[in-house]
Amino acid sequence: MDNVGMVLVALIAGALRVSTPFLFVSLGECLTEKSGRINLGNEGALVLGAMTGYAASYETGSAWIGVLAALVAGGGLGLLHGLVCSLARVNDVAMGIAVMLAGTGIAFFFGKPYIQPSAPQLPVIPLGFWSDAPQIRSALDVSPLFFIGLLVAFVMTWAFKNTRTGLVVRIVGDSSDAAKAMGLPIDRVRVIATTIGSALAGVGGSFLSLSYPGSWNEGLSSGQGLVAVALVVFARWNPLACAAAALLFGAAGALGPSLQTVGITQGYYLFYAAPYALTLLIMILTVAPGRVLRGMPGELSLTR
Amino acid sequence: MRDQHLVSRRTLLQGMAAGTAVATTGLGTSRPAFAKDLVVGFIYVGPKDDYGYNQAHAEGATIIKKIPGVTVLEEEKVPETLDVQKTMESMIELDGASLIFPTSFGYFDPHMLKVAAKYPDVQFRHCGGLWTEGKHPKNTGSYFGYIGRAQYLSGIVAAHTSKTKKLGFIAAKPIPQVLINVNSFALGAKSVDPTITTQVIFTGDWSLPVKEAEATNSLADQGVDVITCHVDGPKVIMETAERRGIFCTGYHADQSKLAPKGYLTGAEWNWSKVYEAFVTEAQAGKPLPNFVRGGLSDGFVKTSAYGPAVSEEARKQADSVKAEMIKSPDYAVFKGPLKSNIGKEVIPAGKSYPETAIELESTDYLVEGIIGAIG
Repeated sequence: MDNVGMVLVALIAGALRVSTPFLFVSLGECLTEKSGRINLGNEGALVLGAMTGYAASYETGSAWIGVLAALVAGGGLGLLHGLVCSLARVNDVAMGIAVMLAGTGIAFFFGKPYIQPSAPQLPVIPLGFWSDAPQIRSALDVSPLFFIGLLVAFVMTWAFKNTRTGLVVRIVGDSSDAAKAMGLPIDRVRVIATTIGSALAGVGGSFLSLSYPGSWNEGLSSGQGLVAVALVVFARWNPLACAAAALLFGAAGALGPSLQTVGITQGYYLFYAAPYALTLLIMILTVAPGRVLRGMPGELSLTR
Repeated sequence: MRDQHLVSRRTLLQGMAAGTAVATTGLGTSRPAFAKDLVVGFIYVGPKDDYGYNQAHAEGATIIKKIPGVTVLEEEKVPETLDVQKTMESMIELDGASLIFPTSFGYFDPHMLKVAAKYPDVQFRHCGGLWTEGKHPKNTGSYFGYIGRAQYLSGIVAAHTSKTKKLGFIAAKPIPQVLINVNSFALGAKSVDPTITTQVIFTGDWSLPVKEAEATNSLADQGVDVITCHVDGPKVIMETAERRGIFCTGYHADQSKLAPKGYLTGAEWNWSKVYEAFVTEAQAGKPLPNFVRGGLSDGFVKTSAYGPAVSEEARKQADSVKAEMIKSPDYAVFKGPLKSNIGKEVIPAGKSYPETAIELESTDYLVEGIIGAIG
């Protein structure tokens, strides 16, 4: 295979492998923000989910129980954030940072005994069975969680547009006055949206520890949850765009190592910065000065 | 009525001051410099079971625990900030530690130096090569090991095992200590087969699991079939290599459990040797050396036991080179004429640098046969 082909395969492989945590966290955050809250604590939910998932998988011997445990752990953290933010005069950004620190702290504390042991991993779907090239075979070993994430993106898009529940979430997120006039339970909707969103982030964490890179240690997330929160803005609060953005970030993250392997070694720090430079560029190109971001929920504390 | 039961504020303060004075003097006298029962403190920057840098030190501490009359204190995940000063002070004040090993590079300046100035009776030895005679306090010091030769041996075994003749090295940052390891590994491999190449990937930081896994995968995609590394926790790299069905050689500690099929050998620290020496001297009441360095022949460094995939031929060659290294302290891995991978002559003909050579500490090149760039 020639070098361009190699890099392309690596980019596709990277998009499939690295994108899943971004996908889950950004979908979760998208749901939360659609209801009018910001949850920076999703980084904490990601790390806590990674630890809980790994621990549960190791203790029970089943990786899927691990995913479930991660879902519950992430949801619990989201519930906390949602409930506290429902109190009067609580700033959701500040609370989010507190939840993030709490989540990572709890995960590090209870995760100590699970750094050494090896837990059962999630199975992969070998979509590359038709190829003889080991590169393609390994690139197309895709985790089922990736497809579940895509499915969630489609369901969310459809639900926001076509269901009553989706409409309620959007109304609560866009105008609390309108929601009050309609008699909608604003706080309850937001708490539920935050809980589900954080549970999704927890599942994203279980992908990190149970699929790729597939082990638990304290440096596992290295800030991916925060990047995913930013991706939501980048994706204009559209779940399908979140999926696309996650794939793009995954591919861009694979660019640095794969270019180094084919011998393009100068300036690798620049390639590592590629995802961030890309985000910045698209932001600059698409945001006109002085206007509210298109698609942004009106109730977000950023706009008020 | 109530006032009778209350101690006046002045009496209370006086009492407290007296109490503190008694307590401090009490502590001062009950802390003999180097008596038989010695309290030794170890401070780690990460978790002590990380299969890497910190585990290597913690394994050394475990050996010390077995020495009679020694109490070992350990604290992990101490950041290289004011926190480490607090940890050292609490080890000294509350637990009576008289010998402290802050094991991470960033603990030295200013943290260890500050605490050392405050407690001149307590001995501090820091892992790294930063201590300078005359510049730093007498109760501080440095210990460090040369691990390049062990990497050279790993390179020999890797070259024998590789079928594609392509090796991979995942490194954190292009600093001299890392580059010496990369170069040693590549030179070891080239001593077996001069055509063999070593592909180096820099991840940019000491612990980035996702990037390390990506690097392992892209090396495997490119046909590399033996991978080694210089990062803080090699766990993810070893596991990913094993999953891809390729071979790996370890670093820092023994990682054979993580890759039972593919683990060949590894370059490990043997800090217990260093710690034992310090502790026995301290127990005997002798002054501790300030600057300790050593390599394979001094037992500061060791190699992992060979894995099942290592051929008889590879074992033989690696063992004979190892025996030679242990016999002669001047054994040089870096011999002229040696060119860098951009064609510059880095060591002229007739010159050779043993591991202790000062010239190696400013290594800023990758030797011929390595694919990669440091900039």
